[in-house]
Amino acid sequence: MASVSRRSLLASGGVAALGLTVAGVRGATADGAQHDHGAHSHAHGGSGMAHGGGVNGPMFRGGQTVDHAANGFDPTEILRDFDWGRTTKLPGGRTLREWDVWASDHDVEVAPGVTFPAWTFNGRIPGPTLRCREGERLRINFRNGSHHPHTMHFHGIHPADMDGVAGQGAGIIEPGATTIYEFDAEPFGLHLYHCHVGPLAEHIARGMYGTFIIDPAGGRPDADELVMVQHGYNTTFDGEGNQLYAVNGIPFCYMNAPVQVRRGELVRIYLTNLLEYDPINSFHLHGNFFHYFPTGTSLQPLEYTDTVAQVQGQRGILEMRFPHTGQFMFHAHKTEFAELGWMGMFEVTG
Amino acid sequence: MPAPTATRPVVPTWVLAAILVAVMAVVLAGLALVGGDALPERQGPPVEQLAVERTVLEPGTIELRLRNTGPDAVSVAQIFVNDAYADFAGPGDEIGRLASASLKIDYPWQDGSPYLVSMLTSTGAVIEHQIAAAVETPAPDAGLFGLMALLGTYVGIIPVLLGMLLLPVLRRASRPWMTGLMAFTVGLLAFLAVDGTIEGLDIAGASSQAFGGVELLFLGAGLAFLALTAVDRMVSARRAGAGAAGRSGYAAALMVAIGIGLHNLGEGLAIGSAYAIGELALGAFLVVGFAAHNTTEGLAIAAPLSGGPGRPPLARLLGLGVIAGAPAILGGILGATVDNAELTTFLLGVGVGAIVQVVVQLASTMRDGSGRILNPVSVGGLCAGMIALYATSLLVAA
Repeated sequence: MASVSRRSLLASGGVAALGLTVAGVRGATADGAQHDHGAHSHAHGGSGMAHGGGVNGPMFRGGQTVDHAANGFDPTEILRDFDWGRTTKLPGGRTLREWDVWASDHDVEVAPGVTFPAWTFNGRIPGPTLRCREGERLRINFRNGSHHPHTMHFHGIHPADMDGVAGQGAGIIEPGATTIYEFDAEPFGLHLYHCHVGPLAEHIARGMYGTFIIDPAGGRPDADELVMVQHGYNTTFDGEGNQLYAVNGIPFCYMNAPVQVRRGELVRIYLTNLLEYDPINSFHLHGNFFHYFPTGTSLQPLEYTDTVAQVQGQRGILEMRFPHTGQFMFHAHKTEFAELGWMGMFEVTG
Repeated sequence: MPAPTATRPVVPTWVLAAILVAVMAVVLAGLALVGGDALPERQGPPVEQLAVERTVLEPGTIELRLRNTGPDAVSVAQIFVNDAYADFAGPGDEIGRLASASLKIDYPWQDGSPYLVSMLTSTGAVIEHQIAAAVETPAPDAGLFGLMALLGTYVGIIPVLLGMLLLPVLRRASRPWMTGLMAFTVGLLAFLAVDGTIEGLDIAGASSQAFGGVELLFLGAGLAFLALTAVDRMVSARRAGAGAAGRSGYAAALMVAIGIGLHNLGEGLAIGSAYAIGELALGAFLVVGFAAHNTTEGLAIAAPLSGGPGRPPLARLLGLGVIAGAPAILGGILGATVDNAELTTFLLGVGVGAIVQVVVQLASTMRDGSGRILNPVSVGGLCAGMIALYATSLLVAA
């Protein structure tokens, strides 16, 4: 059947019907998602049918959510979960900060009813947010409890043998083996860490990444601090794009459980992009603007905006105050990513 | 002296047969149990296959009727349409092997637009279904049946009867003309058989394969060929018994009408499914094309009647026209409401088998004085028939 002739005939023949449907949907999409994000089309029922279903925006089947308890981690807890490790004093008074990190194989429910055979740091995606202060001595005791070889590769400034790549220092850490990464905390800013074993894209995309924050010696102004890791899941393992996109582990999570913030309070977001298989990711905030500090290595913001783009491994700090109460959406401005899971809500209370 | 009872079997034949069947059953069951265990466990991830047997589009919803055509159960956990997750209703648990399920997706689709529906299974596999151009699926109500009856009459019955109007002319034709005409008929039918086979292969390739794809086409063709041959033999036997040799022309015409009727069932399916997916935007063209095409089929039915003595009753002629043309109505309704690729493939096969049977039957009518089937006149007729049908099929763009 010749689709070209059909398409052109339909285009001319079906103009009236097409026009009517488009007009109906346009009217309904504009801001529906902001008011009715949780229960979506269930709230819609019969009236939704008049202009077509699904107009409140994308969602999982029946508004379902994943079982955070079974997964062993909850994105809402990850938001404000900064792992400061444990500290001791070195001779000379310098602080030694130490963490225990382990790798494991872990089935994660990445969408309701969909299991992803993940490789994780400390059993969660993203891995723990390691946080320290500029100038400290850092020690990471890494144990590989996975069935696959792994490393921890940190961004930042450190000696070659602490780089966590094959052929350097301890090199690749085989299953059951342990190693210690030790280096100084520099430079201050927002960094990341991830496994660096080939095939590299798969080792990262399976879930082996996390945020690494070095606070400036003088600290930053007091704020409600949040960490957000942008990433995705290539559930088909074909290395071509992702079937699911998320922030902090679970797609659409903050649609169902909006991020709670206070009106007028300074909110600081540590935003990183650990996405694989797509060239770029972005963050867009509704109803507000923010100051953006690329890589967090300067205390002066570079721009005042509502949208930033980040390539893989790029990161930056966002600072904002919400002047209005209510719910405000945030999502990838690459709409495809948003509709495949990378969207959420801030709920601003007075 | 003992009687020669040794030649009589001690055990009745039916008992022997029953014992053998029982032994076979036990051995086969044993093989299934033991042999099945001897095989190693299948390695690797589950093989997840779902075929979409029917797509029903209503305002705001896309409904997919699925069948699990793979060896393992499949659970559709989530669905995204054109790279956006969408809400849907459907079975919450697994779809077993060969089981079917219906998923109703809440999605504001637009008329004429293409959609890619991606089903994300519980293991993270993605099964995709392409909708080339979304058009609302017609509801199978009285209006649809009326429309299909009207279209079937337009493209099936009326043109066939029109073609049969040439009967008085044919009756005055000389023997070489008649041979040529029968060859023309055979040429038409041969082309229809090839056309139906190609169409059937096309549709079979797109079907789910759960119940066989191409096999269904040939199964349908084989069954129809054999069934019609049996009918033909019975008609001949009765004729021989009654000594009514003069009715041979009518019997041939009846067989041609049945063959063409089964072919027109396939044409009806094409019209119906074209309507179901909005192709009847081509409307008038389709009707005019099929009608012109089917007029030649009327000619094929009339040709065997031209040799017989006396004038065939009008009711009988009308009956032949209905036998040949009315299946287009049935096909139209089936095509618009069932829209099942496997059923369509099978019915096209039935049409092809029927036509081949008629071709075989008519071959002898092309003989010349020396008994050759492929004589100059019949070859000319065959070529003309094939070209005529090819030319009229160009009128049908679907």
